[in-house]
Amino acid sequence: MAAPKKSVVKEAEQEKGSEAPLEFTKEQELAALRDMLLIRRFEEKAGQLYGMGAIGGFCHLYIGQEAVVVGMQMALKKGDQVITGYRDHGHMLACGMDAKGVMAELTGRRGGYSKGKGGSMHIFSKAENFYGGHGIVGAQVSLGTGLAFANHYRSNDSVSVTYFGDGAANQGQVYESFNMAELWKLPVVYVIENNRYAMGTSVTRSSAQTDFSKRGVSFNIPGEQVDGMDVRAVKAAGDNAIAWCRAGKGPYILEMQTYRYRGHSMSDPAKYRTREEVEKVRHDQDPIEQVRNRLLAAKVGEDELKAIDAHAREIVNAAADFAQHDPEPETSELYTDVYR
Amino acid sequence: MPIQVLMPALSPTMEKGNLAKWLKKEGDTIKSGDVIAEIETDKATMEVEATDEGKLGRILIPEGTADVAVNTPIATILADGESAADLGKASSPAKQEKAAESAPPAQAKAEAPAPADKSGGGPEKKAPAAPQAVAEPDPDVPAGTEMVTMTIREALRDAMAEEMRRDGDVFVMGEEVAEYQGAYKVTQGLLQEFGAKRVIDTPITEHGFAGVGIGAAMAGLKPIVEFMTFNFAMQAMDQIINSAAKTLYMSGGQMGCSVVFRGPNGAAARVAAQHSQDYAAWYSQIPGLKVVAPFSAADYKGLLKAAIRDPNPVIFLENEVLYGHSGEVPKLDDYVIPIGKARVVRQGAHVTIISWSHGMTYALKAAEELAKEGIEAEVIDLRTLKPLDTDTLVASVKKTGRAVTVEEGWQQNGVGAEICARLMEHAFDYLDAPVLRVSGKDVPMPYAANLEKLALPSAAEVVEAAKTVCYR
Repeated sequence: MAAPKKSVVKEAEQEKGSEAPLEFTKEQELAALRDMLLIRRFEEKAGQLYGMGAIGGFCHLYIGQEAVVVGMQMALKKGDQVITGYRDHGHMLACGMDAKGVMAELTGRRGGYSKGKGGSMHIFSKAENFYGGHGIVGAQVSLGTGLAFANHYRSNDSVSVTYFGDGAANQGQVYESFNMAELWKLPVVYVIENNRYAMGTSVTRSSAQTDFSKRGVSFNIPGEQVDGMDVRAVKAAGDNAIAWCRAGKGPYILEMQTYRYRGHSMSDPAKYRTREEVEKVRHDQDPIEQVRNRLLAAKVGEDELKAIDAHAREIVNAAADFAQHDPEPETSELYTDVYR
Repeated sequence: MPIQVLMPALSPTMEKGNLAKWLKKEGDTIKSGDVIAEIETDKATMEVEATDEGKLGRILIPEGTADVAVNTPIATILADGESAADLGKASSPAKQEKAAESAPPAQAKAEAPAPADKSGGGPEKKAPAAPQAVAEPDPDVPAGTEMVTMTIREALRDAMAEEMRRDGDVFVMGEEVAEYQGAYKVTQGLLQEFGAKRVIDTPITEHGFAGVGIGAAMAGLKPIVEFMTFNFAMQAMDQIINSAAKTLYMSGGQMGCSVVFRGPNGAAARVAAQHSQDYAAWYSQIPGLKVVAPFSAADYKGLLKAAIRDPNPVIFLENEVLYGHSGEVPKLDDYVIPIGKARVVRQGAHVTIISWSHGMTYALKAAEELAKEGIEAEVIDLRTLKPLDTDTLVASVKKTGRAVTVEEGWQQNGVGAEICARLMEHAFDYLDAPVLRVSGKDVPMPYAANLEKLALPSAAEVVEAAKTVCYR
């Protein structure tokens, strides 16, 4: 049975964090725009390649949610770790991973980050401190808590940023991890990307407590709701949460209120929501348009913004080209990397 | 008639204990519930409460006596109106006669409760006859090496302690591993030596702490994750298989994890279906995992050290019944046994008996019986289940032409089934008879003592199978 449809915009406004977003400098706005546009163009291209049959299996696009990873990444410093689930392309690009290597992994080629053996959902980069890319809903939450455990053990001041969705937030191991993280004061920011649908099930149909910032209450973990469509609000909340962790105060929960424009995966017809709902968010809240509009208002020229977009398209086209022409893995790779 | 107080069984696997201290002296009045003595088991010191009332007539076993067998009379209680003259007539309560075999332990209040089981009881087993001495000298040990006798429990503890001294990235986590000193006392003393940072008590949260351990390993630490028993690791199965075993492959070799999952596996005693399962076949199916299941104290030590150093996830299957067994361990600074090597522990020409872990007790006992009938069995201890040392098995079968596998787990898709297939693939022309499997029966583990015994393999079944393949 279909749940009563609410206005996403209205809800988001009501649940917005109380702190007014910090104003970005022009440089910050431009950087955010560049990073978000790269993700958007990359994902559009990935969708296109999927339609052409160049990408197989499952492919979960991040379009609409770009402000979350880009804003969080602006709050991190070198050494901080990032881990997420299977909607992971945006996280990798935000971490600084090469678009060619990511796209080639999507097409299952030898130049992919996992030599073509992992695919869209299983990509890692030790060099960029990106710990995956995990296909089992919620598993990355315990693993990310383990990354924080390692930071704590080594007494460094790195923080583990552990992303998961509103769907994963109902998994048992999330709460097992919350308990240990607070008990041992582990430096982990749990970023719950609430895009309002766990596959086809809306938050209101799956969650008894739809305020995900409160999911840590019984463990005494502080949390807040953030307008995940506004990159400035994300950055501000990220700064606050990361500072909390670096100060040795334990974990922190950020509920990012966001929205995915595409289906759960490429094979999802998205019949569980109306076209109008999607269009309204796109029109009113798009994270990239928000930045563009602010930059235009600040008298940055249309030409400069177009050049940024063109550059993103250039990177993505080169990545797509590489990913389609790079050879498949050597057959001998079948038996490598099982043990070391 | 005066009442005899018997040495109580304080855990299902206890056979004997030390009478540490008498808290009452002869002539003292005793009320039901009074603590009358302290008894030391290999795991803890326990208080013994009186269940009868009267006067302590005579102490039969003085304090400080070691190795007092369960059910030995330790004192006599005189009822009202009885005197020392009545002592000769003492009788023991009949119902206690079978206590050690099948009844709950005599009333005892644990200071540091010995048995480890979240649901209450103590799952250790009546230790079977001690395994026969290993016939073959260990090829891994230089001749003339001094040997130290220790329990398997101590061998495991020493292995962990040595590796923790050697490498600051090694730590141990699990339920009751620190302050409680280990549910089975395997981690005894580690907290005192290494501190709470490296010996970490977890909440009862297997799925979560397995994931935390794997995450820490992905970040470069080397966790030893103790499961109180592998029965509880089913809650963590997704993390062990999907995260620990597969990540190296999925990351194209970039990101693996060096982690040991260890704890008792398989049947204990009288703990019934949910606490008595052998997971050897489950884990040894998974590419990316190594699976080790030793039998001797020396192998427990040497293989655990190897497992901790291994850069891959290792499932280290221990056996609760064996924890108290003693064996000789080489006194070497760094005794490490390579993973993946089976060992011929007894030479023989007529039939090869293949087992591992506690299954070896049946195999070795059967080999003794068979020798009496003129059948010389070659006994192989697999030690590692994945990778399986096919070469050693094939070499033996080429000599004997016959083989029997022995495992406590279930038969279908079991390790024995895998061995049968490999022998068919690699030694078919040398086999003079079909390989037979002796295994746990195809039922959940029953509670009743007689049914439990039937559900497990026995030396007699191994003897029978060996004779069958020898056409005797």
